[in-house]
Amino acid sequence: MTGLPLVTEVPTWDMDFALEILPDILHAFLRYTLVITALATLLAAVLGMVFAVIRYSRIPILSHVTTGFVQFTRATPIPVQLFFVYYLLPDYGITIGAVTTGVLVLGVHYACYFAEVYRGGIESIPPGQWEACTALSLPQQTVWRRVVLPQAVRKILPSLGNYVISMFKEVPFLVFISVPEMVTVARGIGGDSFRYVEPLTICGIIYLLASYPASVAMRRLETRLEHA
Amino acid sequence: MSTPESNPPPGGEKSFIHFKDVIKEYGDLRVLDDLCIDIDAGEKVTLIGPSGSGKTTILRLLMTLETLTAGYIWVDGKPLWHQHKGDRLVPADQKHLREMRKQIGMVFQHFNLFPNMTVLENLTEAPVRSLGRPKEEAVARARELLDRVGLAEKESAHPNQLSGGQQQRVAIARALAMDPKVLLLDEVTSALDPELIAGVLAVLRELAETTDITMLIVTHEMHFARDVSDRVMMFDKGKIVEEGPPSQIFDAPEHQRTQDFLSAVLGAR
Repeated sequence: MTGLPLVTEVPTWDMDFALEILPDILHAFLRYTLVITALATLLAAVLGMVFAVIRYSRIPILSHVTTGFVQFTRATPIPVQLFFVYYLLPDYGITIGAVTTGVLVLGVHYACYFAEVYRGGIESIPPGQWEACTALSLPQQTVWRRVVLPQAVRKILPSLGNYVISMFKEVPFLVFISVPEMVTVARGIGGDSFRYVEPLTICGIIYLLASYPASVAMRRLETRLEHA
Repeated sequence: MSTPESNPPPGGEKSFIHFKDVIKEYGDLRVLDDLCIDIDAGEKVTLIGPSGSGKTTILRLLMTLETLTAGYIWVDGKPLWHQHKGDRLVPADQKHLREMRKQIGMVFQHFNLFPNMTVLENLTEAPVRSLGRPKEEAVARARELLDRVGLAEKESAHPNQLSGGQQQRVAIARALAMDPKVLLLDEVTSALDPELIAGVLAVLRELAETTDITMLIVTHEMHFARDVSDRVMMFDKGKIVEEGPPSQIFDAPEHQRTQDFLSAVLGAR
């Protein structure tokens, strides 16, 4: 008797296919995911510092504007910010490439988190350090560059590391603006071949292999710095 | 800060350090009450008295770590917290304060060395960045000072690798590296283990005997105070109760308050 054919379309793992697409996915990971994470981290590190110093210096209007901007950015999700910059700004005559938009949005978004971490780091500097700077009549620039920031950075490195790892895992949001990072490429492969298991599993494994050792390293660093 | 006056009050040139009608308040609490002090160049003055009597506040005002509520302070003929504008005295701007601070050094109870720098860098940072001295000159001077405080071999150590006594000697050398005219010593042995105090006091004794730096010392080490001071001031509730040469204050204090304080401090040993 011939009944309806059983649906046997349970996805199975095709090793040959997996190996065939691996280079493309790996390439997207190295070329885009990692590079975007690195550039956005750099931007967040520098811009976050600027935000923190402005807020901490209590410059009349500028400090308030910065605080407002930081709160606003932290309170809105990254995809919304991406859409806004990539699809809405061109209407106002500002056109930014997809990759640049990705770096910019992630960098600015995390700069707002970094700024808070820096602020905590700056506030952790004992008052005696500031007083010693005054007693030695060190110029303000030297106080920040040679005394306060080097000490603050050591205390905040673990939190910054954790934010970088979390930013790294948010790079796939850039699929919304078609940046050819790893998950976008995997999704493309899936669409073309109707096989999603292999590309997405590979993405997951690559992410796991990259971020797990990173978070273990951060935890080690954390304990190391605590005892330093 | 006091309001500008039309005429600078007289007395600026009388003595090296001159406090005129100095008042310091924290909220409702008056810690310095209409204080007038004159200190000559090169004089070593010890401030004693119960805690909260205002001794440390005097040092902190001189180091511009606290702001003045009212009154005037002169150092070496110049107003510290004010500057001349025409023939008026107005509150000083940052530039004036920075210039005035360069003549004054301070050693703190908790050392306050920069933990991210080596001992040598702690000593060269300010002369290079603040006085604009050439690096080699600052390094040479720093080594000379480290030798003087007996820590020549520690120049590449970090502060946390040193004992409290060693850290405090580095802090003294760091203050001296600026070649200050005035050195403020704020309970510099109070945070040290008893066996480390002697080394620090020996350095300060040598300093007091061999230099003409004006020194203001807040300490509970009465034997040290007696040995190094030209004058001792007894404070209570923001006022000077009694002052005079150490022999007078320690051997024949006139005021009951001084007698009580000294017997409490000395009797505890």
